[in-house]
Amino acid sequence: MHISTDPWVWVAAILTLAIFTFLYKDNPLFKFAEHLFVGVATGYGLVIIYFNAFKPNLYQPLFVEHNLLYIIPFFFGILYFSAAIPKFSYMMRWPIALLLGIGSGLSIPLSFQTYIVEHTKSTILRFPYPNAALFINALILFIGVLTVLIYFYFSYPHKGAIGTISRIGIIFIMIGFGASFGYTVMARFSLLVGRIQFLLGQWLGIHTVM
Amino acid sequence: MRKFLIKLSKIERRYIYLTLFLALTLPLIFPPNFPQKMSPTVKSVFEFIDTLPPGSHVLLSADYDASVLPEVDPMYRAVLKHCILRGVVPIGMTLYPQGAVLALDAFKEAEEYLGARRDTDYVFLGYQAGFQAVILGIGENIKNVFPKDYFGTPIDSIPAMRGVNNYKDIALVISFSGSSVPVTWVIYAYSKYHQKVAAAVTAVSAADFYPYIQTGQFVGMLAGMKGAAEYEYAVRKIMKDEGIEKLPPAKAVKGMDANSIGHLLIMLFIIIGNLGYFASKRRK
Repeated sequence: MHISTDPWVWVAAILTLAIFTFLYKDNPLFKFAEHLFVGVATGYGLVIIYFNAFKPNLYQPLFVEHNLLYIIPFFFGILYFSAAIPKFSYMMRWPIALLLGIGSGLSIPLSFQTYIVEHTKSTILRFPYPNAALFINALILFIGVLTVLIYFYFSYPHKGAIGTISRIGIIFIMIGFGASFGYTVMARFSLLVGRIQFLLGQWLGIHTVM
Repeated sequence: MRKFLIKLSKIERRYIYLTLFLALTLPLIFPPNFPQKMSPTVKSVFEFIDTLPPGSHVLLSADYDASVLPEVDPMYRAVLKHCILRGVVPIGMTLYPQGAVLALDAFKEAEEYLGARRDTDYVFLGYQAGFQAVILGIGENIKNVFPKDYFGTPIDSIPAMRGVNNYKDIALVISFSGSSVPVTWVIYAYSKYHQKVAAAVTAVSAADFYPYIQTGQFVGMLAGMKGAAEYEYAVRKIMKDEGIEKLPPAKAVKGMDANSIGHLLIMLFIIIGNLGYFASKRRK
């Protein structure tokens, strides 16, 4: 066991423990660590965006290289700040409209292809299958998609055959929820394990944890 | 017995936290060393990289921040080392402002343990703002999006980037993420440029991504700490087989030992909770 002598490891360890104090109850130590994290993350993000996005993509070409074409994005960017002046706040809609137009134009056909076309294609049963397992898998998928879609079809009362099919759909949805819950438990544990590994390994120097 | 079950199901949450903390800590101090069998979705990614000809390029996009570090970071490190061990050139980049420093640390680790050399064995481009614009831009010409690498070296003068212009020259894109960014890669890189894409994601979002494997939009997927542990285990095996004595920390493999014990405990809690509920219901 070799306790770390790195002051930054100590800072991180103390802040981690401060966050953990919330498990007992809300307290000023937790609040301090929480606010510090938000502040540092925002400040860090801002500096990175300034040097990696604003400076090379606008400041450098417009104000240093005098490429006048960049006046257009500069003008539309400035309009976002019109929200602060009530009289001119309507101007903020212009850059939003521009971005929405570009975004929609780019994403609608591709999103339709990604989410609808490809996913529908994969539910089609394509005979012959090389082995029984693949056929069973495709059949389960086919039945699952169909029954879940019928469960979400609300224009017809869920009675009789439709009611039975939609109940099968619920079973598939529940299995989906179960899988999501299992994965969520693993995800949350992993975050805690990561912190315990840091505290025991990097801070307290217990070598078996890493 | 019934009284005991009812009492147990109403136990204060702080005792549950303590039990959970011990269940996750003890396996880290006294590792049970559970075996890691590679699942099919991880195997697909592993075999894809394993069979690439040396000199091929793989784009590793570190689309994550510190909040998902324990799950996603070991994946990034393991895949990166695998590429270098097989002579495949990893191109590091990120769509997240915080991702650059985290990914850079992984490259430094590859330098330390595998002797990887910057600009020859790997390239690190760093961060570029604008998700869709960056992904679409790489499809046209990567040099327009990243004229210089993270260290300020012009892309044209980097030996490992010679002949790399767009997706046609990149064998695989892997998005390491704790959000829906891998789907953004599918929308703009796979659907538009037919670029092969794989995902390395947190467990909490993994269930949402399975349909993309079924459709073939993802080559494969590393899901959560389990996926990271499986890949890490396989890469460590390659390193041992190649006679590398100094091995990097096996954070995911050891973390998964603790995770498995914690999972069993949660299942036990659910059973006790339900038994207590039924016992109290019968009494009424």
